[in-house]
Amino acid sequence: MSVKIKRDYSYVGKSLDRNDSYQKTTGRAQYTADLKFPNMLYGKLIRSNVAHAIIKNIDTSEAEKLPGVKAIITAKDVPAMKFGLSPARFDENIFCIDRVRYNGDKIGAVCAVDEETVYKALKLIKVEYEELPAVFTWQDAAKEGAPQIFEEYPGNLNTEIHHKFGDVDEALKNAYYVRTDRLQGQRTYHAFIENHCSVAYWDGDRATLYSSCQSVHYVQYHLCRVLGMKMGDLRVLKTHVGAGFGGKLDPTGLDFSAVILSKITGQPVKMFYDHEETFLNGRGRHPITMELTTGVDKNGKILGHKYKAILEGGAYTGLGIASTYYAGSLLGVLYDFENYQFDAYRYVTNLPPCGAQRGHGQPQPRFAFEHHLDLIGEAIGVDPIDMRLINARKANTVTLAGYEVKSYNLRAANEMARDASGWKEKRGKLGVGRGIGVGNGGFVTGAGFCQYRTDLPHSVGMIKIYDDGTQAFVYSQAVDIGQGSDTVLLQMAAEAMGYPYEQCTMYAGDTDLSTLDFGAYASRQTLMAGWAIKRAGEDIKQKILEQAVEMFRATGKIKEGWAYIGNRELRPDDLDVKEGIVYVKQEPSLTLTFEEVARRYFVTKGVLIGRGWYHPGKLGGNHKGAAVGTSPAYSSATQIAEVKVDMETGQIECVDTWDVHDSGTIINPKLFHGQVHGAFYMGIGETIWEEVLFDKKTGKLLNGNFAEYRLPTALDMPPVLSLTLDDSWEPNGPYGLKEVGEGATTPTMGAVANAIYDAIGVSMTELPITYEKVWRALKDKK
Amino acid sequence: MANCIVDKDGVKRYLVTVNVNGSDFTKVVKANTLLVNFLREELDMIGTKKGCELGDCGCCTVMLDGKAVNACLVLALDVDGREVTTIEGIADGEDLDIVQEKFIEHAAFQCGFCTSGMIVSSRALLNENPSPSEYEVREAIAGNLCRCTGYVNIVEAVLDAAEKK
Repeated sequence: MSVKIKRDYSYVGKSLDRNDSYQKTTGRAQYTADLKFPNMLYGKLIRSNVAHAIIKNIDTSEAEKLPGVKAIITAKDVPAMKFGLSPARFDENIFCIDRVRYNGDKIGAVCAVDEETVYKALKLIKVEYEELPAVFTWQDAAKEGAPQIFEEYPGNLNTEIHHKFGDVDEALKNAYYVRTDRLQGQRTYHAFIENHCSVAYWDGDRATLYSSCQSVHYVQYHLCRVLGMKMGDLRVLKTHVGAGFGGKLDPTGLDFSAVILSKITGQPVKMFYDHEETFLNGRGRHPITMELTTGVDKNGKILGHKYKAILEGGAYTGLGIASTYYAGSLLGVLYDFENYQFDAYRYVTNLPPCGAQRGHGQPQPRFAFEHHLDLIGEAIGVDPIDMRLINARKANTVTLAGYEVKSYNLRAANEMARDASGWKEKRGKLGVGRGIGVGNGGFVTGAGFCQYRTDLPHSVGMIKIYDDGTQAFVYSQAVDIGQGSDTVLLQMAAEAMGYPYEQCTMYAGDTDLSTLDFGAYASRQTLMAGWAIKRAGEDIKQKILEQAVEMFRATGKIKEGWAYIGNRELRPDDLDVKEGIVYVKQEPSLTLTFEEVARRYFVTKGVLIGRGWYHPGKLGGNHKGAAVGTSPAYSSATQIAEVKVDMETGQIECVDTWDVHDSGTIINPKLFHGQVHGAFYMGIGETIWEEVLFDKKTGKLLNGNFAEYRLPTALDMPPVLSLTLDDSWEPNGPYGLKEVGEGATTPTMGAVANAIYDAIGVSMTELPITYEKVWRALKDKK
Repeated sequence: MANCIVDKDGVKRYLVTVNVNGSDFTKVVKANTLLVNFLREELDMIGTKKGCELGDCGCCTVMLDGKAVNACLVLALDVDGREVTTIEGIADGEDLDIVQEKFIEHAAFQCGFCTSGMIVSSRALLNENPSPSEYEVREAIAGNLCRCTGYVNIVEAVLDAAEKK
């Protein structure tokens, strides 16, 4: 275990205000839909209203006659190249070619002089279909003779994974106790409040695209691939982004259409979704059917675990291939056991595609395993926390899949959460209708491999000091979707340079102006962009110190301090810089200001620029699929929830919750706790209330709005006590940091579900655990 | 009733004068123009956000004659001669309102998309009830959805703002 060196940081570890505070609290922050350009047109997608059909004809003639309509495009007007995450599963086109695969699928796009005309035009477009039988569940999709949704996925089987480590069958044979449980997750949705929006315009051969997205680079890459453009010819940038949670990573039909329509019309085009369309765009959590078999010894130590996951994927693959791997690849990080078999299947269905949502494929499997673990513990008489302590991974170990885990404080997290919650006094002792439960989780701190095969570094940072030294401009394509990456990156930049935080400005998420970063996904931003920017800051610092040596010598000031540096020439490493003051370490009264040194640098050498670079190197094992789950650093977390259940009505109230997140050094505690609160919020919503529903016959979305898709209000949200481990330090993270954003949502469903079990004595195995399901379960029990 | 003119297609348009953040604005609107679109499109006051347009999310909340309302559920025609306060009118020039200050101090926003509406709802509550209980704060913002914060810091910020004034 590496020892954390306690440092006296100026900005790292401080609860500084967000850098966008003023804009966001005064209404000045601009989001993509707030942009307006002269002569701008408005556009929307044409969507199918059947679930599975051959397109026989698209008649746009009436719509074209409508005054104010400027252009209408369908598949015949755009490149037919497919896209997706993994080349083997590139299966999505800009617009459907011949066939629609879900109710709401993309058929084309219309733009007109104003919104009202666009809506009128959409009503005039007639699409003639030859309807095909459709399937809306994986069970139907997997049946013999089921309608084929894609030629390339026989039997509608889109992805299949078989991982085998050790000898599970032998382990189960020798176990003291073996148990099998079947659990079911549901389809959920990110439910960010800002709808997707894209605005594009052209200047000669170059296009500019504003996209409310999580990765400007990923959008730029795929648009250029499909549209046959050089990457240098397409500038993708973002304004403020109204959250993403995984749902704004894939390029949308809006991105493609905005660029194409603005080319055709020669005018700026704003493409937008309404609220329901963001649900149809989909990419939320897969419903997963899970079967778990585990054998333990009499103390609860896991000897072998066999796990089968079936994911219902919706119509396209997108990030779903990674979701399928993530459904099983991180279990062996959390708990240390020798024999593991993971079999996963992802089926395509005629519903909007599923993809990545906070925690990616992991939260439902976490729910399943954590509940399964409680049931095992109960059967053999071992307390749930003890079950977790005995199986928790330790620091500086290697997982079965070959992932190196450096810092890992899951045991400490369990102990701290146990003590803070009063677990020993409460567990099993709260009486009928009250319960307390625990769940564990964690996540990668950035994926070890990029989103597509490339030799590019994961992040590049640049800092430019303004000519007279009075401002530092920090550049990165990192995308602040609300998680606070701009603020924490500025904190690290200021710390590394020794320059005042207040004088740092961020230029983020712009492919022209800022430097490469793969964006906000896999909880990567703080570590990966953090490394690149920290190193850029250190580069600045080195140049400032070298310049200061020259200046100290020239002023003769240093002569007085000669003795302190041992009768030799002054060297950069005799100096340090902190909060804008350069000083001689042995004689801190000898100072220069950063500003005067930087100005002198500019005068004698030109622009002062710092550069940083980050690549995690080769990570992970060699088996097929080993890439998904690799990371330079893994967080871990324990959550405990206490609930009250009305034994008459089934109504659940979560009364108290505790979270301990093993996050390494925390750059900004105030923002860190905000991530934990929000993660818990999403998790409890998914545990009790949230589910995307479709008509069983037509596949039509039923609750694409926030009245019927029930994300919790302020009245539903319990208090959350977010705690941290003081001596958590990650050697692979800049300043010793690890992730929090996604990992903190992975223990929640397990913790809440286990608390409900403790309260009512009935095992609830199907998400969401609604009041009605609890009521029915209690009725059946009687 | 507002002055009405009829265009060449027979669509009626109305002249309305609305006081927004202390200034009168006179514009021609259609009968179906929503207050949220009036603010954003006619006045370029983009601080009021457009989310669900169904009255579910609350991110377009403004004060109408001092009461918090969803601007997507109010017609521009219906606010003729009335007073609207948007997020742009919460601060006094460069001096932030105590609610805004406390939102910053408590990190009561992340992506910021719900924040305008959340601050307006909170301000409307404190105008009517200067020392609300925690439950009353939660009730007042129950119509403002936030997917990022879990409301934890928002509730703290509003309670803190209430104590300070």
